[in-house]
Amino acid sequence: MDLSFTPEDQTFREQVRAWIADALPDDLAVKARACAHFTHEEIMRWHKILAAKGWVAPSWPEKFGGPGFSVTQRFIFNEELELAGTPPLSPFGLVMVAPLIQRFGNEAQQARFLPKILSGEECWCQGYSEPNAGSDLASLRTTAQDMGDHFVVNGQKTWTTYAQHADWIFCLVRTSSEGKKQAGISFLLIDMRSEGLEARPMLTLSHSPAFCDTFFDNVKVPKDNLLGPLNGGWTLAKALLGHERTLVAAVGVVRRWVRLAKSIAAVQVGADDRPLLQDPYWRRRVADIEMRLRAHEMTNYRALAEQQKGRHPGPETSILKVVGSELQQRASELCMEVMGHDALAWLPEDGVVPDNERWVAPNFCYDRAATIYAGSNEIQRNIIAKHILRLPSA
Amino acid sequence: MDFDLSEEQQLLAKTVGDYRKQRSPVSRFRELRDAEGPGWSAQAWAEMGELGWLAAPFPEALGGLGGSFVEAAIILEQLGQTLVPEPYLASVVLGGYTLALGADEAQQQRYLAPMLEGETSLALAWAEANNRFDPTRVECEARPAAGAGGFTLHGDKRFVLNGHAADHLLVSATTPDGLALFVVGGDAPGLTRTTVGLIDGQRGAHLRLDGVAVTAAQRLAGTGAGAKAVLERVLDYGAAGAVAEGLGVASAMLDMTNEYLGTREQFGRKIGSFQALQHRAVDMFIEVELLRSLSMEAMIRANEADERERVMAVSAAKHQLATGGQLVSRQSVQLHGGVGVTDEHDIGLFFKRMQALATICGDGAHHATRYAKLI
Repeated sequence: MDLSFTPEDQTFREQVRAWIADALPDDLAVKARACAHFTHEEIMRWHKILAAKGWVAPSWPEKFGGPGFSVTQRFIFNEELELAGTPPLSPFGLVMVAPLIQRFGNEAQQARFLPKILSGEECWCQGYSEPNAGSDLASLRTTAQDMGDHFVVNGQKTWTTYAQHADWIFCLVRTSSEGKKQAGISFLLIDMRSEGLEARPMLTLSHSPAFCDTFFDNVKVPKDNLLGPLNGGWTLAKALLGHERTLVAAVGVVRRWVRLAKSIAAVQVGADDRPLLQDPYWRRRVADIEMRLRAHEMTNYRALAEQQKGRHPGPETSILKVVGSELQQRASELCMEVMGHDALAWLPEDGVVPDNERWVAPNFCYDRAATIYAGSNEIQRNIIAKHILRLPSA
Repeated sequence: MDFDLSEEQQLLAKTVGDYRKQRSPVSRFRELRDAEGPGWSAQAWAEMGELGWLAAPFPEALGGLGGSFVEAAIILEQLGQTLVPEPYLASVVLGGYTLALGADEAQQQRYLAPMLEGETSLALAWAEANNRFDPTRVECEARPAAGAGGFTLHGDKRFVLNGHAADHLLVSATTPDGLALFVVGGDAPGLTRTTVGLIDGQRGAHLRLDGVAVTAAQRLAGTGAGAKAVLERVLDYGAAGAVAEGLGVASAMLDMTNEYLGTREQFGRKIGSFQALQHRAVDMFIEVELLRSLSMEAMIRANEADERERVMAVSAAKHQLATGGQLVSRQSVQLHGGVGVTDEHDIGLFFKRMQALATICGDGAHHATRYAKLI
């Protein structure tokens, strides 16, 4: 047993950190320090800077343009980005559909789509959830009718994050109503500029127009855009679920939020005229989250070590999303709490609250989604009960 | 970053695991609990000595097998799985490390070596009525006696683990020059040991020291800072040891409960098919895995000379035992329903051992407060 990173890994970490400090444009660095939300334009600007360096797709195989990082390097790289608070890249192309295109796509599909995902020339969104198919995803009803040389798609997708900026959407659609409901689903890649396709943004709790309702009205989709086998889409969906699990652990985000809570608590003064951070009650509140974060980090390292050895992820991997998302919420709740009255402010102008508090409320609101997206924590618990604890089905 | 045990360590875990399954199932603990006597067997202790488990963590120069605290943690986790009652935590970890860190060569030869062979057992007497979990606040007095460097010891010690059975007791006391540690024989004149029953069915002792005479050769680790540093480090080993044993207890409880959920039927179906209970079982699994992660960190960092690193790792782990470990323990009883609160069913024995381990060497509040000072 050995808890240390190798000297090579440490050197790599220092290189990454120095590069980020140098490469992140000043205006984005200011927003990063304030934990502010980034616009689509800002996110894509950062995407292109990373792409130019060759680091935009750390988990891609080298033959598709990945940098050839080891598992540990990928972890370190991701952690440094999170710690620096750099704009969060849109995951839909880079870490969601691209690995599926690499694994299930034909050569023409790989050549058509992957280079433009890498360069940032094309953005993607995800068409999974529907108004009546959320956690019960397999009951989805958007249909793709086989017209010989093309499909015609009809239906509605919802929670399609950033659909308003996307050039492409990957969709689960129903291509058969026979057999088990999972067996009639296919995976389609659809051009967002297709006739009959409309994305309508809606505001989220954090007040950013992140989500859309996306409507399909007789949308024509070429047969070439079917990824994987007809009626084989559920296999792709499941492969995506298991992908990059250590990256959903949100270790860096939680650490940033705790750091922010401490920096606020060092300034906010309590009723006894001391900064909150000198009050044993508040120190204990911070400590409770830090201790759990420590346990979460060690668990993440365990999962990482398994991957590094090329072994199947152990049972500990299954808890990372649940623990990470719940910690993320606890940490942003703590940020709100240490702000006292300042927590009442919403998107305040300059000077209304200290600078480091300005984005806490939107982040706190945004974090409500962490336990819902990527498989709600209830679904995660169902999966663990079934596959790890092997408890009986209903 | 590597969490794999070495081949020797894997073999050790397997050997101890086989032993406890074949030779010391929970029924053995129950028999010893219900019988007159110390609650553990001198013969089993001697076997553990022969097998090298008592010597495993100590350097060869001290008569050990050259392992580290990781070996002790591996053994404790296994012993926790079937509530093996021999005093590994009390004698090897608390007693053994006090001598390994604080004793001179002659003292180690005399007091540590026979314990490593399983011929004797040790106890560390540090807890008092007024020191809560701080080993450096000591009211027991060591008064200088006439003659060269001797003292007489006066005062009371409480809840000394294995104190009722130990051949040698390591006792903290305050001299005019500061804190000191002394070795006292179990049969020393002036020492009164009162056996007390503990919540988990094990035994301990309250000590009354009424002018127990000790010589200079019975004093460990010098006086003042030396003794304080030894005690603080030893209690960190103790806390990390309690975490390792507690991990064994918690994972055994999760397995038993999971098994029960998969067999017990109500309303015409297995109760483990109800989502409300499934999610509770998952929450227990989460706490066990987080405990396992922190136990691994604590067993490595307990050796750390850097105090901050050591204290944070050990206290985070002990706090997780007291919170996450206890959640597992309490939910296990709940999910067993009525049988869970009978003495006849084993789950309650684990529940009680968990409660004891959560308290030993500092409870959750103590360790969280200690951690909070360092954030």
